[in-house]
Amino acid sequence: MVLELSALAVMVFGGLLALLTYKKPRLCTVFGAGGTVVGCLLGLIPAVKVLLGSQIKTLHVPWDIPYGSFFVQIDALSAFFLIPIFGLSAVAAIYGGEYLLHYRDTKRLGPPWFFYSLLTAGMAMVVMARNGVLFLIAWEIMSLASFFLVTFEDEEESVRQAGWTYLVATHLGTAFLIVFFILLGRQAGTLDFDRIGPVAPALTGILFLLAVVGFGTKAGFMPLHVWLPEAHPAAPSHVSAVMSGVMIKTGIYGLLRAIQLIGPPQQWWCWVLIGIGLSSGLLGVLFALAQNDLKRLLAYSSVENIGIITLGLGVGLLGINIGSPALAVLGFAGGLFHVLNHATFKSLLFLGAGAVLHGTGTRNIDHLGGLMKRMPWTGLTFLIGAIAISGLPPLNGFVSECLIYLGVFKGPIPTGVQGIIPLLSVIGGLALIGGLAAACFTKAFGMVFLGEPRTSAAAHAHEAGPAMRYSMLILAGGCIFLGFFSPMVIRAGIRVLGDLTHLSPLIVTTQIAGAQGILLRFVEVAAVFVGLATAIAVVRWRILARRPVTENGTWDCGYAKPTVRMQYTASSFAQPLVFLFRMFLRTQNHFSAPKGVFPQTASLHTDTPDTGQKYIYSPVFGAIETIVDRLRWLQHGRVQMYVLYIALALWILLIWKLW
Amino acid sequence: MVEPYVNIMLAIILAPLLPGVINRTKAIFAGRRGQPLLQVYFDLWKLMQKGAVYSRTTTWLFRAGPVIGLSAILAAILLVPLGAAESAISFKGDLILFAYLFGIMRFFTVLAALDTGSAFEGMGASREVTFAALAEPALLMGLAALARQTNYLSLSHMLTGVSPAMWGAASPVLALVAASLFVVFLAENARIPVDDPNTHLELTMIHEVMVLDHGGPDFAFIVYAASLKLWALGAVLIGIAVPIRSGRLWIDVPAAVAGMLLLAVLVGIIESSMARLKLLRVPQLLLGATAFSILALVLVLR
Repeated sequence: MVLELSALAVMVFGGLLALLTYKKPRLCTVFGAGGTVVGCLLGLIPAVKVLLGSQIKTLHVPWDIPYGSFFVQIDALSAFFLIPIFGLSAVAAIYGGEYLLHYRDTKRLGPPWFFYSLLTAGMAMVVMARNGVLFLIAWEIMSLASFFLVTFEDEEESVRQAGWTYLVATHLGTAFLIVFFILLGRQAGTLDFDRIGPVAPALTGILFLLAVVGFGTKAGFMPLHVWLPEAHPAAPSHVSAVMSGVMIKTGIYGLLRAIQLIGPPQQWWCWVLIGIGLSSGLLGVLFALAQNDLKRLLAYSSVENIGIITLGLGVGLLGINIGSPALAVLGFAGGLFHVLNHATFKSLLFLGAGAVLHGTGTRNIDHLGGLMKRMPWTGLTFLIGAIAISGLPPLNGFVSECLIYLGVFKGPIPTGVQGIIPLLSVIGGLALIGGLAAACFTKAFGMVFLGEPRTSAAAHAHEAGPAMRYSMLILAGGCIFLGFFSPMVIRAGIRVLGDLTHLSPLIVTTQIAGAQGILLRFVEVAAVFVGLATAIAVVRWRILARRPVTENGTWDCGYAKPTVRMQYTASSFAQPLVFLFRMFLRTQNHFSAPKGVFPQTASLHTDTPDTGQKYIYSPVFGAIETIVDRLRWLQHGRVQMYVLYIALALWILLIWKLW
Repeated sequence: MVEPYVNIMLAIILAPLLPGVINRTKAIFAGRRGQPLLQVYFDLWKLMQKGAVYSRTTTWLFRAGPVIGLSAILAAILLVPLGAAESAISFKGDLILFAYLFGIMRFFTVLAALDTGSAFEGMGASREVTFAALAEPALLMGLAALARQTNYLSLSHMLTGVSPAMWGAASPVLALVAASLFVVFLAENARIPVDDPNTHLELTMIHEVMVLDHGGPDFAFIVYAASLKLWALGAVLIGIAVPIRSGRLWIDVPAAVAGMLLLAVLVGIIESSMARLKLLRVPQLLLGATAFSILALVLVLR
């Protein structure tokens, strides 16, 4: 525990030093990034040890705050989440070191590094906290630190707007969590997780729903996701990577921990989770497909992946409920493995998007193109991330989706309607999500990196510097490693899966061994596939070495003057699917048709605003604003009147108490 | 254990015969003599002799696309049995890998198409990903129904386990799965009524237009991979539809091969007797296939 806490201290200390040395951007970067990297590496040691079976570490110090205590612990579940938190934050810090330096003439670099280290420490504290008050404090540190990072470029209107949306959304979520903890602790009279004890059966359902809303807001469950596509694109790219890759996973962690605290699951919880997983997965990927802003697309795709994770958790919970080890272990294993995988490839893709933004100055996919030749390293790593996130073999995204599939293919299913529906929806949903994700990421990669540059900004793009390149390469290597070494990696999950499923280690080990055997065969076929590809490539190379190979323009069907504007655009690529699912997406076409004999200008512009934002949140918040507006007269800026209000309030409270 | 090798050799050697049979059937229906049955073999031979011309726009991805596509489909061939002959590699859950190997093949075909920067190929790529996304649930749910029906989780055991007795006991399930997979087979292989393999310069095309810029050995890989894809998905379909399991390899395997050829004739008849659907209608066809798969799963789990 000492090592873990000192790791956090190193981080925060580095952040403080960065804050003090803001006048020297390079030194500030060394302190900020260096402190985070060193802290993360220190923190990884105990996390890995606990996950692999060493003793659970606990520290309990009494605290003056009512119901509060400084109670921290690293068990298997915490350790599992600490690994992506520390691992990804470290890689993103290396990247951010170079990325933020480009702002050194216009911005102070101290505050972003300070908040970055605070965000990392806050996330780690969230998963280690074992007391409700401590947990909420850590939760707030994490949320506020990320708010200040999102609003880094606060001179832009859209960034400020995104920041407010995020701040409001995250606090609405926290409000639910406060109620959750109060209800949870009321009976036991304590908020220490180990003594919070059994809850009255009548309360469990409400507690579960509170946890789903509270933690789901952070995780980005549809329709609680509205802040996500606003805030993630606005943040600097290494922060987007951490937020999308890791921070939203603390919502998943919170939900898992909450379910453990509440007690044995009821069956309808599983349906809720499977339903949420399905709607988040499908709508997330559909909205991602319709976006033209690269980072916004990635943000929506995070909603999709959170959906896949939730599907896995729902299947696992169903397994616990009906007492099927196969369903429980494989469902949770798939969900948790996807947490790790999504952290890896989503961070990679956000870092790639950052490199594109940095190299071209735009995130609009329709203004890019042809970057593969100009930014070969970013292109290669982005491609690896795109394959992985589309769930295609042999990379890691396939493995986790496959574990969930295996669970429902293999496990016993409760008979009757309530058994058939989840099976159908999980298989059909995962298949459709997979197909749509492939469409989404062929669009993202193909339109940005392939073809001809659509604007001069794209034509003059330049490759990212070494620190950014290396951090992307590390993550791309991670995607390949987690894919090919999945049979080994999955063994590390035995302990955490045992904690989650409450099954004996023997049963979990048997199930995992079964999955491991299957994954080994997957890797075998993947190796055959790679071997075949190499062999065919060599044959092709040998054949073409002896033949004439020339270059020419792309075949244009006889048209003599092709221009780059004739290329298919991102909007047109996605159009058939967007049209097909127009019921959910409600894409707006702004079209001015060419008119007359000699048409002058014509334009078509598509835009897919968030339906949840537009049809649910905007009306609700608009209504709240009108009501609150009526109370404006109370707020007039006269301090003596405010003091009078306070006195009046105290007086009323006193009377109420004495009554 | 010679079965897997027989199986693989048959696929590798006979796959290009299937498009030949389809074309010959279409020629007979049209009252033409048609190209030789072995035309695809000749084409492959000719293409392998050629050099290559690449677009200046393209990158290494354009060159990698056909190689990766061919190796993905060859890996899929290792997983699929033929009639009673078991596949070379089989394990629990390989059907998921089988379905996703088509995914990786498509991913790279689409990227290679987008790499040329051509509007035509972009259009084809866009349609390909659209229809593939809709075909995926039909395929996986159909296979899931079959897995639940036969109680096996590997393609090989599942398909070799289909028998006349099972057709007697669960004919609705098997018929629904076969119908659904037949639509998937047509869609994935770019046949009528989803795509017209003959019109590669019209605005109606999907698969043919994506490979417009490929030539020489690269195009040979693509043509060969397309034949193998026809074979792989056809073998799944035949495994269900031709349940001849006498236990003697020299009866069962020729029966399956005959089934494959009949399937090709059937495709030829369909292509001669109906037109390609309007693009907006194709999703309805694929949703219909998905509905069949769902129905089959419901019947199994009932």
